[in-house]
Amino acid sequence: MLNYEVTFIVDPVLSGDEIKSTAQTYLDMLQQQGVTVTSTDEMGLRQLAYPINKKYSGVYYSVEFQAETGEAIPKMELALRRDERIMRFLTVRLDKFAVKYNQDKRDGKIGKVKKVEKKAPAKSSRDNKSRPPRRDTPRKEAPVAKKEAPAKTPPPVSTPASSEEE
Amino acid sequence: MASRDDIKFLSNPNIGQNRKKYCRFKKYGIKHIDYKDPDFLLQFVNDQGKILPRRITGNSLKYQKKMATAIKRARHLAMLPYVTDLLK
Repeated sequence: MLNYEVTFIVDPVLSGDEIKSTAQTYLDMLQQQGVTVTSTDEMGLRQLAYPINKKYSGVYYSVEFQAETGEAIPKMELALRRDERIMRFLTVRLDKFAVKYNQDKRDGKIGKVKKVEKKAPAKSSRDNKSRPPRRDTPRKEAPVAKKEAPAKTPPPVSTPASSEEE
Repeated sequence: MASRDDIKFLSNPNIGQNRKKYCRFKKYGIKHIDYKDPDFLLQFVNDQGKILPRRITGNSLKYQKKMATAIKRARHLAMLPYVTDLLK
């Protein structure tokens, strides 16, 4: 059984019902092809990082499914491409680690990344080469540990001469 | 000419040298990098949106490549920008 995941972005100017029905048509199409849909994730309205077709936001959907062969994929992609309400899509084949990761995420085992506040340097005598003290946060076992990012400030890339590493 | 004995520093120049560089994915057993999570991927991207090199992030080659493909997928899905300023 091959595991796939397709993420697509729906035009946000449609009404809520139309957006849902758009997503539903693809779910139905997949089920017609004999594919078992494992889960759907409606990630909701998000700001895009850059405008697509002059639009700045979109509704993200992520569908994870299992299929015996990959025959349903080209048909689905063709339909996604032709549909004018779909702005972007991406189909990905999932390996066993990705499947496990998605399962853990649905069970809630993966926490969010903690945002690190950048501290302004307190000491005036600080030279270029010394870094602010690293605070190592205690970690739990893998794979739960993944999203609890270490509390290190990311090194400034503008000083490649110094041997800074993360 | 100043000999080695004459050169004095206010602090030990060896401070900060013995930090070991490690791959955080290998160390914590993280096997998959999700491209749908831009908050996590922002750690590996500089403030112009460019992918940080391996010598800065400390990743092993395998996970640096996975990281790079995850960032590129996120860029395709408009979760991360291709090029920008003041990302962080």
